[in-house]
Amino acid sequence: MNDAAADVAARDRVWFVGGGVVLVVAILVGVSIGPAGPDWWRVPLELLDRLPLIAIDSGVTEPQWNIVWKIRMPRVVLGALVGGMLSIAGAGYQGVFRNPLVDPYLLGAAAGAGLGATIAIAIGRGAWNDWPVNPVPAIAFVFAVVTVLVTYTVGTAFGGSRSGATLVLAGVAVVSFTSAMQTFVLRRNLDVIREVFEWILGSLANATWGDVRLCAPYVAVSSIVLIMHRRHLDVFRVGDDEAATLGVSVTRTRLVIVVAATLGTAAVVSVSGLIGFVGLVVPHLVRLLAGSRNKRVLPMSLMGGAAFLVLADVPGRILENPAETPIGVVTAFLGAPFFIYLLRTKRISA
Amino acid sequence: MSELVLSDVAVSYGEQRAVLAFNDRVDAGDWVGLIGPNGAGKSSLLRAIAGLVDHDGTITVGGDDLARMSDRERARNIAYVPQEPLIPNDMTVSDYVLLGRSPYIGYWSTESKHDRRVIADVLDQLRLADFALRPLGALSGGERQRVVLARALAQQTPILLLDEPTSALDIGHQQQALELVTELRREQSITVISALHDLTLAGTYTDRLVMLHEGQAVASGPAAEVLTAERLGEVYHVCVTVDVDPDDGAVIVVPRRGFPVGPPR
Repeated sequence: MNDAAADVAARDRVWFVGGGVVLVVAILVGVSIGPAGPDWWRVPLELLDRLPLIAIDSGVTEPQWNIVWKIRMPRVVLGALVGGMLSIAGAGYQGVFRNPLVDPYLLGAAAGAGLGATIAIAIGRGAWNDWPVNPVPAIAFVFAVVTVLVTYTVGTAFGGSRSGATLVLAGVAVVSFTSAMQTFVLRRNLDVIREVFEWILGSLANATWGDVRLCAPYVAVSSIVLIMHRRHLDVFRVGDDEAATLGVSVTRTRLVIVVAATLGTAAVVSVSGLIGFVGLVVPHLVRLLAGSRNKRVLPMSLMGGAAFLVLADVPGRILENPAETPIGVVTAFLGAPFFIYLLRTKRISA
Repeated sequence: MSELVLSDVAVSYGEQRAVLAFNDRVDAGDWVGLIGPNGAGKSSLLRAIAGLVDHDGTITVGGDDLARMSDRERARNIAYVPQEPLIPNDMTVSDYVLLGRSPYIGYWSTESKHDRRVIADVLDQLRLADFALRPLGALSGGERQRVVLARALAQQTPILLLDEPTSALDIGHQQQALELVTELRREQSITVISALHDLTLAGTYTDRLVMLHEGQAVASGPAAEVLTAERLGEVYHVCVTVDVDPDDGAVIVVPRRGFPVGPPR
């Protein structure tokens, strides 16, 4: 038995190292490939050259380096943050509600952000362009958080404290209400529909280091809180009642996990728009491959989701060059067949 | 010692009162069987002790009030096996039993050598060691029941609550499960309180029976005193004869054909 436990720990390490390697490779691919800039193979050499104590002549010119560092790098890092955050939040939500169909947008983070962005864009009409900081993400973030708060208040006020199901249903109601408001605002401001639509589709195209700085702290805190609760999420799998008799304060723990997952989700959604599929499917991919212990699922979702979104962002840049294929389209296009393939070969369970 | 004392424990769901002012004292190491018809309040009483429903009155373990304990402390004092445990099919037996150690493991730590030792011992005791790495979905009903019991034992609590532990098992596995509980509580002097449907089995395995009817204890004592044909007729509206084995005093309840006393509700 002790050997078996040591074995499991050793395999955990293999998975984490493997996930780390995949993420690093994905990031290298992400910064190396693009329509402009240096030859792809020169970029990793240049990155190595910039490390202390290493000198390699990569032949990358200063303007080319600027493309890599100021345009591609923030985009890749933001993609990693968004993908990792959506996936780990999805894993947390699925665990806490014991529902495999739940995604991080469940309680209204996305719908709220969408409403906020629509209102901001409709009021601003490009006037924001003169501002030093674009206020759209900030407004979207506030709306996302407020919407989830409303869902939580409604869900717990009428549903009794221990029921996760009422919270999910409250989410459904609040999301439809919020979407209806968004449609209403949009109908009255048809001239900005294109801008709003592009925001809704989600994009990493205009990512800046500023965006990265904006959401990185949320992603970090929320991931740490979620990983801290990995054991609680395992306990949640046997049901609320039994979780309670195993010493978990069900209502409080659920609240903490939901708040952490929601803050992180709201932060990334407000800078990237609504990127679907990742938060729902990546945790399932991880469970199918690495098993369902949350000690593995949470960190692997973080790394796997990051790698997945960074890679999914690559074809979007080249396919319709100079136009961008929306990343939400690519994630579903790549992810859905792969997911179906896994469903066929392995058996899925919630 | 960790005796369990219940004073004026009452449970209600809105207007509906499930348990009315229940008083009892269960000595350390005793096994008390709760019997009574469906809806008599057995499960509600167990759930109140487990801290799953709000209740009036006080419940103490070894003199300590349960209401003053944190969730983790309570989980170190009382283990609870529900009637229909939720079984995650892809979880392995050892991971599942490990959940029983969660009241002892902090936020940042992982299971210690001691925790693993406890799990190994429990798995050995319940003859589950060979199953340790199997997924729960691959187990039979009887094995699953043992695994749930193993998880509760891994909590190392002085008190074990079992809600209908044998309702899903055939007669052979029922007996096996109850023998196992008998063995375990003798070895570790665990106090057991269980709701049981089968009256004969309840009388055979427990030290004392408490019969609940409409939320109140209507009889308490050894099986021969509690299980009388007359009382069973009144409480269950059933027509039975009660035989006592002349050799070992075992009380055997036998359903008979004939009209129950009053309509069943």
